[in-house]
Amino acid sequence: MSKKHPDYISTTNACKLCKPLGACLAFKGIEGTVPYLHGSQGCATYMRRYIISHYNEPIDIASSSLSEKNAIYGGGPNLKMGLTNVAEKYRPAMIGIATTCLTETIGDDVPMYLKEYARDTEGSEGLPEFVNVSTPSYSGTHMEGFHGAIHEVIRQKAEGGPQAETVNLLPGFVSSADYRLLKEIMAAFGLNSTMLPDLSETMDGQALLEYEKIQSGGTPLAAIGAMGRSKATIEFGRTLSGEESGGLSLQKKFSINNHRLGIPIGIEETDRFFELLSTLSGRPMPEKYAKERGRLVDAYVDGHKYLFGKKAIICGEEDLVVGMTAFLAEIGVFPIICASGGTSGRLAEAIAEVTGDMLSGQPAIYEGVDFFDIAEVAETLGPDLLIGHSKGYPLARKLNIPLIRVGFPVHDRVGGQRILHLGYSGAQQLFDQVANAFIAKKQADSDVGYSYM
Amino acid sequence: MEAVALKDRENQIHVKGEAPFNIVCNKDSLAGAVSQRACVFCGSRVVLYPIADALHLVHGPIGCAVYTWDIRGALSSGPELHRLSFSTDLQEMDVIFGGEKKLRRALLELIERHSPKAAFVYSTCIVGIIGDDLEAVCNKVTEETGISVIPVQSEGFKGNKRAGYQAACDAMFRLIGTGDTVGISKYSLNILGDFNLAGEIWMIREYYEKMGIEVVANITGDGRVDDIRKAHGAGLNVVQCSGSTMQLANMMEEEYGVPSLRVSYFGIEDMSEALYDIARFFQQKYPDDPEADRIMERTKALVQEKVRELVPKLEKYRKALAGKKAAIYVGGSFKAFSLVKAFRLVDMEVVMVGSQTGTEEDYRELEAITDPGTIIIDDANPLELNSFLTEKGVDIFVGGVKERPIAYKLGIGFCDHNHERKEALAGFEGMLNFAQEVYSSVMSPVWRFVPRNQEK
Repeated sequence: MSKKHPDYISTTNACKLCKPLGACLAFKGIEGTVPYLHGSQGCATYMRRYIISHYNEPIDIASSSLSEKNAIYGGGPNLKMGLTNVAEKYRPAMIGIATTCLTETIGDDVPMYLKEYARDTEGSEGLPEFVNVSTPSYSGTHMEGFHGAIHEVIRQKAEGGPQAETVNLLPGFVSSADYRLLKEIMAAFGLNSTMLPDLSETMDGQALLEYEKIQSGGTPLAAIGAMGRSKATIEFGRTLSGEESGGLSLQKKFSINNHRLGIPIGIEETDRFFELLSTLSGRPMPEKYAKERGRLVDAYVDGHKYLFGKKAIICGEEDLVVGMTAFLAEIGVFPIICASGGTSGRLAEAIAEVTGDMLSGQPAIYEGVDFFDIAEVAETLGPDLLIGHSKGYPLARKLNIPLIRVGFPVHDRVGGQRILHLGYSGAQQLFDQVANAFIAKKQADSDVGYSYM
Repeated sequence: MEAVALKDRENQIHVKGEAPFNIVCNKDSLAGAVSQRACVFCGSRVVLYPIADALHLVHGPIGCAVYTWDIRGALSSGPELHRLSFSTDLQEMDVIFGGEKKLRRALLELIERHSPKAAFVYSTCIVGIIGDDLEAVCNKVTEETGISVIPVQSEGFKGNKRAGYQAACDAMFRLIGTGDTVGISKYSLNILGDFNLAGEIWMIREYYEKMGIEVVANITGDGRVDDIRKAHGAGLNVVQCSGSTMQLANMMEEEYGVPSLRVSYFGIEDMSEALYDIARFFQQKYPDDPEADRIMERTKALVQEKVRELVPKLEKYRKALAGKKAAIYVGGSFKAFSLVKAFRLVDMEVVMVGSQTGTEEDYRELEAITDPGTIIIDDANPLELNSFLTEKGVDIFVGGVKERPIAYKLGIGFCDHNHERKEALAGFEGMLNFAQEVYSSVMSPVWRFVPRNQEK
């Protein structure tokens, strides 16, 4: 069972976002880059608002601000004027252009406009680089937009040459805390790496004296250029497209080995990541992480009785759902529903891969669903826990079960960008949170005020 | 320092006292300027969405529905259909072959599932481009189901938020005049342009009830379709957010002869003035009816009681906040007038004020009520806002979610006075909440750690 179920025509409370939003976030993880939406003004403003509510950080997304006239005669002139205005005011190193449903449908040819723009501005100084991605909102979700942007950045900017000792890391869409952890892990193995994107600083910055027009941090453009000379690529995502991805593009064009792993959530998926790093670096797991892993196993044992046999619903982006399912399975929580608004067609297979023989049966797996669908199935199954983003809160409230917030968006708590999901330390935080949620629920539901559980 | 504004935007910024008043506004946002504005669809959606027993279906790709899902804190005293996010989630095939069939089936499915009192169907950019005949589909489904299904012509690119307000008013106007007005008091009104954020409309209704005035329809906060249908039976339209609903009031005046009053519920001064204006309106309309005088008496008593209660409570905040500087950037400019006065009430100084959609007349009034040196700005962007906040040494910035990180990044207090807030800021009680919120942000010890104050 892996298709949308039940088969409704309409969508109620979607469990996905639109494609250009993902592209904007991916661009935001590149140094000196301003995301730019070629469309009408609303898209950029909406996405900014949505992203701000999660990160509590400024995010400037420029727009072509197309009007009716442009929709009829084409958006080229507005695009060019917009790019000039952004270049003047922000002085970016790069502008990342994503299309919208409007410009895709009127047939605006962005690559052609960019060629014209390059011709028109020949000899001008201080112009940024451009990268563009096609993100019609009516096909795929924000995750396709995210991966599409990464793919295009690599396709358009990576260069070949003599091989260097660097490793490319394409982690997909994770939290700022996760990106920080990954950089630290790569360094701990002594690996010289380029992580794309890197939202660790750009979307979790410091308090400032002077406002930064473009937040510091992000993957440097020079490093992206050099990605075509790396010795290997690590790409997270078990549900990624089989044909188009940053890693595959590097493999095809520059013969760089692409290692595709699941997002390292939980012990087993993290072990796989660390094993690969050991192989690539020729070093054993650094002691720090060996100890972290040891403490995590110890915690799993300490808390296992609170968890075994509990039933969870997991919803959100497909690869996050896969990782969370792997984690829950290994701590003894049974994933009864694994649901996503995405429609890769690979969710069920990926979940079977990561859960292996840990589960007594297979969870119900749904692709392309919304919260109305999830609620309908959930009510008959008596779940104990919901794991997902904030938009699952109405459902958790209705079912009177705890919601553990992971992924994006987290709109009803502070610190969405600081939730750590990855590695042993991420699993440790998730484990404590899940176990404590069950203990707290037991305590709250009890007639007796036990302070010793 | 580099010029703050893009060349094409210089005439949208005015500093009071520096030059004769001249501001250009109500024009399309400049490409690449990172405007804080949204779009036509947004305008119509935020206005209509609080009608709680209607189905609100967004005909378009998923983003438009998701980004406007339950974004206002618009409360309902009954049904909560408005808090769900419905979409036709258009896919590539729908774009190629047209989305009319899908729209019809989605409507039938949702109407069967929720039995709404009416349905609004919002068109988005893409629907405008592929040319789906919304009107025809809506008419057909109305025939099939007996439920009023109303198209909202809100293609995002068709102008700015203002055009969306017009689309919303056009849609609502189709409902008005379809209900029975028998038994409505001559001392009655409709509340227009309040969205019942944090239950504000309930406070306002209570004031009106205490004055002895019947409220016929809430438009649109805590709104009900059947009330809106008979709204033309009310004696008066009281319009708060004039940007969004003044057009509806004008249409009702023209078609049904219902006069309107423009009011603001923010701050003691404007709130009291609103209630007095309404009482005066009925006195003038029915000079010989003693009930009209009784309404005025009750209004005076109400305002006196509220002010007597409120003023001593404000004293603590006034003392602490005196001399602090505030900046305002809101969606509608009418709200900005009240905020300028509200800050004055706690002895604070307003140094910058602007809006997304003000008219020339609005900005003229802002220039009249502000102090010399105040920056007045139309359709600002993050870089401009940032530069004025820093230059003016602002202690608190009032705006919406998009403005918040700009203030916080620089270590400046912030008060959310937009549609996402969950605090009631309208009415007399709201003024106290406002003062309290400003106080608790400005006086928080966290600012001592921010770079802005470490340097000094």
